[in-house]
Amino acid sequence: EVPPFFHSVGSDSPNRPRQKFCGVFCPVEGSSEAKTLDFDALSACRGRSAAGGRVIDRQSDISQPRKVEIRESTGKEALQNLDDSQSDRLLIKGAKIVNDDQSFYADIYMEDGVIKQIGENLIVPGGVKTIDAHGRMLLPGGIDVHTRFQMPDRGMTAADDFYQGTKAALAGGTTMIIDHVVPEPGVSLMSAFEQWREWADGKSCCDYSLHVDITEWHKGIQEEMETLVKDHGVNSFLVYLAYKDIFQLTDAQVYEVFSVIRDLGAIAQVHAENGDIVAEEQRRILEQGITGPEGHVLSHPEEVEAEAVNRAVTVANQTNCPLYVTKVMSKSAADVIAQARKKGTVVYGEPITASLGTDGSHYWSKNWAKAAAFVTSPPLSPDPATPDYLNSLLSCGDLQVTGSAHCPFNTAQRAVGKDDFTLIPEGVNGTEERMSIIWDKCVVTGKMDENQFVAVTSTNAAKIFNLYPRKGRIAVGSDADLVLWDPDVTKIISAKSHNSTVEYNIFEGLEVRGGPLVVISQGKIVLEEGTLHATEGSGRFVARKPFPDYVYKRIKARSRLAELRGVPRGLYDGPVCEVSVTPKTMTPVSSAKTSPAKQPSQPVRNLHQSGFSLSGHTGAQIDDNVPRRNTQRIVAPPGGRANITSLG
Amino acid sequence: MAERRAQRVKAEEELPVYLARPGTADQVPRQKRGGLFCSVEDAFDSKTIDFDALSVGQRGSRTPRTVKREAGQGETGSPAGAESPAGNDAHKVQICSSGGKETLQNLEDEKSDRLLIKGGRIVNDDQSFHADIYMEDGLIKQIGDNLIVPGGVKTIEANGKMVIPGGIDIHTHFQMPYRGTTTVDDFAQGSKAALAGGTTMIVDHVIPEPGSSLLEAYDQWRQWADEKACCDYSLHVDVTHWDDSVKQELDNLIKEKGVNSFQVYMAYKDYYQMSNSELYEVFTFLAERGGIAQIHAENGEIIAKEQGRMLQMGITGPEGHVLSRPEELEAEAVFRAVTIASQTNCPLYVTRVMSKSAADIISQARKKGNVVFGEPITASLGTDGTHYWSKNWAKAASFVTSPPLSPDPTTPDYLNTLLASGDLSVTGSAHCTFSVAQKAIGKDDFTQIPEGVNGVEERMVLIWDKAVTTGKMDENMFVAVTSTNAAKILNLYPRKGRIAVGSDADLVIWDTDAVRTITAKTHNSAAEYNVFEGMELRGAPLVVICQGKIVLEDGNLHVTCGVGRFIPCPPFPDFAYKRIKARKQLAVLRAVPRGMYDGPVSEFSMSRGGTPSASARTSPTKQPVRNLHQSGFSLAGPPTPEDAPIRPPGRRIVVPPGGRSNITSLS
Repeated sequence: EVPPFFHSVGSDSPNRPRQKFCGVFCPVEGSSEAKTLDFDALSACRGRSAAGGRVIDRQSDISQPRKVEIRESTGKEALQNLDDSQSDRLLIKGAKIVNDDQSFYADIYMEDGVIKQIGENLIVPGGVKTIDAHGRMLLPGGIDVHTRFQMPDRGMTAADDFYQGTKAALAGGTTMIIDHVVPEPGVSLMSAFEQWREWADGKSCCDYSLHVDITEWHKGIQEEMETLVKDHGVNSFLVYLAYKDIFQLTDAQVYEVFSVIRDLGAIAQVHAENGDIVAEEQRRILEQGITGPEGHVLSHPEEVEAEAVNRAVTVANQTNCPLYVTKVMSKSAADVIAQARKKGTVVYGEPITASLGTDGSHYWSKNWAKAAAFVTSPPLSPDPATPDYLNSLLSCGDLQVTGSAHCPFNTAQRAVGKDDFTLIPEGVNGTEERMSIIWDKCVVTGKMDENQFVAVTSTNAAKIFNLYPRKGRIAVGSDADLVLWDPDVTKIISAKSHNSTVEYNIFEGLEVRGGPLVVISQGKIVLEEGTLHATEGSGRFVARKPFPDYVYKRIKARSRLAELRGVPRGLYDGPVCEVSVTPKTMTPVSSAKTSPAKQPSQPVRNLHQSGFSLSGHTGAQIDDNVPRRNTQRIVAPPGGRANITSLG
Repeated sequence: MAERRAQRVKAEEELPVYLARPGTADQVPRQKRGGLFCSVEDAFDSKTIDFDALSVGQRGSRTPRTVKREAGQGETGSPAGAESPAGNDAHKVQICSSGGKETLQNLEDEKSDRLLIKGGRIVNDDQSFHADIYMEDGLIKQIGDNLIVPGGVKTIEANGKMVIPGGIDIHTHFQMPYRGTTTVDDFAQGSKAALAGGTTMIVDHVIPEPGSSLLEAYDQWRQWADEKACCDYSLHVDVTHWDDSVKQELDNLIKEKGVNSFQVYMAYKDYYQMSNSELYEVFTFLAERGGIAQIHAENGEIIAKEQGRMLQMGITGPEGHVLSRPEELEAEAVFRAVTIASQTNCPLYVTRVMSKSAADIISQARKKGNVVFGEPITASLGTDGTHYWSKNWAKAASFVTSPPLSPDPTTPDYLNTLLASGDLSVTGSAHCTFSVAQKAIGKDDFTQIPEGVNGVEERMVLIWDKAVTTGKMDENMFVAVTSTNAAKILNLYPRKGRIAVGSDADLVIWDTDAVRTITAKTHNSAAEYNVFEGMELRGAPLVVICQGKIVLEDGNLHVTCGVGRFIPCPPFPDFAYKRIKARKQLAVLRAVPRGMYDGPVSEFSMSRGGTPSASARTSPTKQPVRNLHQSGFSLAGPPTPEDAPIRPPGRRIVVPPGGRSNITSLS
């Protein structure tokens, strides 16, 4: 008998399920043998694979059409386990389990929505539904970090509500979404949050969590943020640098928000576009008589996105706050993020399905409705090389997570802006297509391996938002959110077959390779053989704790280092120029009037004038050629006497 | 003269200079310095069109220098009243007044200011060559060898030393009012210091108080400067607030008052600072009128926050100034300004480049094709921000300027390199000095310390020492960054910034070997501190000629207050606007011709904060377009029947030029 590793050497048969994908991130064979500490299932699997018996069985299956076998328990077993259908026991046999760090073969047993055992020769109760994976890849379910289901916009609502949206997500292999709560300015964060909870709890088919957008800034918002973090499981807040006069915050406000976020241990998300310039450009372009969707991209140039990213990075650096840039749509914005990471900033970039899968050339489509379907902010870049570039950065780790920013509007809703592109409601689809497009653009092309694929679609998101290892990993104790992935299935994306309710799909006609074969959410099979069994309202709200390690370990270390000290000096005793205080000739020094420490300077001056001295009688001030009152002394500074008025 | 000419001719016959040169190890002064920017020999022979004096110079350059020097030495003995030649003293030039007999022939000699510089090596930004220069009435009249000059001319024997165009300090703040006091160097003191350092023209900033008239401030500055300035000057005007009246004033300043550059502030929150929208409008306005947008680049909002934080932490000394204005905030603002300038297609000029990261942003933007110029200042090129931590409060405070000097000690070297490579274009001094007593306004709160450092006097020498003696740049590049580029940006070229026939007689004879130590004891500024204290610098101006008059010789300054003229700067400088104009032609945007949308339209409310689309309410074209659409006027025939029910009667689809497009179907 030949061991399985030798078996496939030299054969160029395309189907070698036991062979790992040879990406750059593939671990050295056997490297995890003695290193894995917390994951004992692994050793079991290793032991078995050496025996090798099953490989040969599997290879005979390969010639068959791609199907998984799902076997219900037989009648006899059912007798022993009467509550089988309720307890949702599920066994997946012979799958290649893919985590972000390694891939290995094992069986996996789930019960009550949680992974209970991983390994081979599992001892499972009878009457268990069994899926035979035939060596196909089993991935942690995708996490779509950015959706806007059911988002209200000027009395309209985004076409996909939580039911429709999460259904589409599940169909694409995404088992958790994180939606954005967008409070209208003037509405309290809490009430908006409750509103979103209500919508999602009633309709969501998969687990969800919520980001909260900060659309205005005052003291009350800060308190609400505190409550949200401490009591409601929110650990990320989005601020807008765009949408002038509506959502946009000034730099000073952003600074304050970031400081608060850092203290709370949350993640600062930013919608990065310079709203001031965008507003000016919109006005200019409308003046030129351009009213169609092409005006949208013309008025939101790529540079304006990059500028805002750069500014957000600067503010985040100053406040030592972790930054997360949503919707990275252009090369230059991605470059700014990559550069900032090289300089050591804690910053994460989130390209979305649209920016990874298509470009902005469609804004010039003759078909108004089609062109309008692409309208989102920041817009898709008209540069057709952008998707490829972003996929490369995603593969090399400069960008870390992927969302969809799924917020589609149907054509009638878009038509609100038929005579003025600034009125077109913004948002594109992408939650269903996200996993497949990244697989097709990155893994099939060899930019990343399946482990990195898991990292960018699921694990990194779970780490950043503190859901790891409950989500984003296949391990004992993790949630049973799994996807059995078929790398060979090809599919043409079309609005005719997609699960969203909108008439247009921005990826229309794109042929993608790779797709989910079986999707398991909360331990239940929700997709098999192309059929969705989603249950409205079954999604749970997943609370997230503050201070995610993945992000805050570095932040904490830096804040310890960042202490600043003043220079100990003697008090200045020379002449002081009189200052006129008329407002006309005010100082160019900013915020002088409001500086909080200006008042405390008063006691210092009093001390100075009191004539009290630590240095005794001094004769050392030879240099002091200005008439000085007798009672004044120079206090000796701790570091020795500093000669204040002489050339030093 | 005749004897000398004969000798020269004889020498020419003996050996052509090209053959004489190879293999000799002597100094070959007629040969150009082999810098990167050195042009190919004779490259200008038949190309230079507007500069006929050059051909004379070229001819002269065939004369081997050794011969000439002998001739010069032979000559030095003869004129009456000359100082002893002192052949071993290489640092001297000789200035000979005309003899008595010649004076008789030219009675008004003193007034007409005729001046001849003999045997100098003329250094322009493109080339260096040996020639004599004859000046009259403040203008260069002739350049070349064997000049035919009237008798009774004051002659300077340059002995092969470099003659460079006088420096232009493009950024000064003389006599700047500050909370009821004024900077210690007024226009007299400041321009005197400038001349002492080899700078023959300064460009000062007019700073109107926010809310007050720009024109009034301009007149005020003109009055101050006309009274006192010892050298030619020009003015930038700072735009400290923005409304329609400011627009009109700007228009007036550009068209009638000779100002083509305007500075806006991104810092000084609630005071000078402008919002992004205002910047966009200012830049758009300037781009149309041919002005240069100057920018003080720092993020004022964040600075205000950081200042508050520092004071709360109890840091009140000058170190708080640099801690509250980190380098990143400067770079961020530069990035933002570059973005806005690129959107508005406006030439951008970043004043006071103080840090590596800001300089990097500028050089990156230039690589992307943006029209942007960076101005490092004397202080950022010569010293760093470590002194903010000095135990001596007064010393530390004397370094306070905005953006602050970078605490990174490698910054000056880096900025000098970028200056040499052309990524940074011009140098100023931002000379704005306050006495210790004035600085002491902020003794208990660093935000109150008046900002500004010295540098107008040290600028040329410091760049020479840091960049030319270290081999980063050659003397031509030195002329470019200290004078020529500034003249080009201000649209004063070739009147200033070049030694050519017809240019102003603002010249400096440069001594490359002089070594001087900078100290507040000897400097010409009235300030008690010099930020370059103790620095030993090589290179110095030997003779400075301003408006055709010798103002510095033998270390003695002969300045006259009020002789400085205001030099108006015309708009649309070619140096910046040739590219801008070409881009403007390309930047025309066109709409996509489409059929009118005829499908269903959702109801929507325009209530407060409803739409994420910015400025929707103020969109100017919305109303007319919709009216046209609702009018029911149609170019096409009867509507297509299949989608009739959704469409209200009376609406038609207009046929677009590219053929009918089916709007609601998938394409």
